[in-house]
Amino acid sequence: MLAPMLAMTPLSVTISRARLTYGGTRLFSDLTLELPAGRTTCLLGPSGVGKTTLLRILAGLAEPEPPTEVVTDDGRPLAGRIAYMAQQDLLLPWLTVLDNVLLGDRLRHRRPGPARVEQARALLDRVGLAGRERDHPAALSGGQRQRVALARTLMEDKPLVLMDEPFSALDAITRLRLQETAAETLAGRTVLMVTHDPLEALRIGDRLHVMTGRPAIMGPALEPAGPVPRRVDDPDLLAHQAELLRRLAE
Amino acid sequence: MKALLRAVVTLMVLVAGWQALVWATGLPRYLLPGPLAVAEAMQRQAPLLMVHGLTTLAEILIGLVAGVALGGISALLLARFRTARRWLMPLLLVSQAIPVFALAPLLVLWLGYGMVSKIAMAVLVIYFPVTTALFDGLRRTDPGWLDLARTMDASPAAILWSIRLPAALPAFWSGVRVAAAVAPIGAVIGEWVGSSSGLGYLMLHANARMQIDLLFAAVLVLGLFAVTLYAAVDALARRALPWQPDTQPAEDSNP
Repeated sequence: MLAPMLAMTPLSVTISRARLTYGGTRLFSDLTLELPAGRTTCLLGPSGVGKTTLLRILAGLAEPEPPTEVVTDDGRPLAGRIAYMAQQDLLLPWLTVLDNVLLGDRLRHRRPGPARVEQARALLDRVGLAGRERDHPAALSGGQRQRVALARTLMEDKPLVLMDEPFSALDAITRLRLQETAAETLAGRTVLMVTHDPLEALRIGDRLHVMTGRPAIMGPALEPAGPVPRRVDDPDLLAHQAELLRRLAE
Repeated sequence: MKALLRAVVTLMVLVAGWQALVWATGLPRYLLPGPLAVAEAMQRQAPLLMVHGLTTLAEILIGLVAGVALGGISALLLARFRTARRWLMPLLLVSQAIPVFALAPLLVLWLGYGMVSKIAMAVLVIYFPVTTALFDGLRRTDPGWLDLARTMDASPAAILWSIRLPAALPAFWSGVRVAAAVAPIGAVIGEWVGSSSGLGYLMLHANARMQIDLLFAAVLVLGLFAVTLYAAVDALARRALPWQPDTQPAEDSNP
């Protein structure tokens, strides 16, 4: 169950000399963020600090401002090698749950064969939605819909997973459960997760960076001990949470 | 069942009001016939109404199908190709500034007294609402879906076909509903300008000969077509969009 189903060797990615100017204001310059292979990196910071833009540059959704550079350890470009998960589930309401998980194949004009369908079913089972394949998204709760989105992200089976506040629209209990499922299913992949929530970062992140200030600076990596997902009442975790909140408030 | 009862009651009140107006004003039958006289005319002239009604119905339906198809294709081209948008969008807007009714005599001159000029008229009034509704829908795709599709390496054509078009279908169907409501107007205007059959022709003819009861009967048949057509399109739209929730509050459907 916990074994990662990786088809490729994990990728490490570095974004360096990153610069962002918005409306004449320099939000950051000469920023570096390293995403080590097979680890989950969490990026924390207040709203408007530019962390989502960093993620969107990696996703190919935002044009990097010179002299920003994205470097991979195998030297090949990132395009086509990322899977993206947003705050909204972005499920298409006219497709069934199963077809939503298989959306990538459909968009790439590839008719999903029986093997792909079987894989999608297995992923839905893994996120706890076995038996709901033929339902439409409207029949699911917010937490279940985000589980489908997680299955869709895993179905893409890409070396780099980019998550932009994936659980922030959920209630506290649902969020805790989904963090566990995400940590289990994403184990062994290179992941960048942008979040507001220090607790979330501490539960599932291997390396945590806090981005604050204007122009923003990237704080040193905090590496909590122990395997993910960490327990909410872990005293170590609570101590780190206080530390993170202090750094965020700076 | 209750909805049907309400419809019957509304209808009866309207008919009673009509009859009351006839009694109160004492207008002669050749100016304002009562409901009974119209019903009698409808029965007496049923074959005539049927023949002319079929002509008009054919014009409406062919015009609707052709207009919706043309409008749909235009909207897809406009959404897909920037060049099409740049060159055709102003043309489309300007063409709407010309009152279509002013073109009716020209259409009759060019396309003759037959059905073709009426179908062209219906297509002209249908084309714009369908094109703008679908084009608007295609432009208003959730940006999150487009982001997701781009990270999945989707081509613009695949995004249009698999995401933007299905997402725009509710808007498209609102356009078709409007089209269904205006299609009879287009056909009848065409018939008024010049024709040898159809309900519009029958109306003019009956009017000239002071057969006002027949004129009313023709109007009623046309109204029946319009209501049936709208209901059919509405039912079709609901069937086509089972995933689209009716946001109309529940209190509307309950007594």
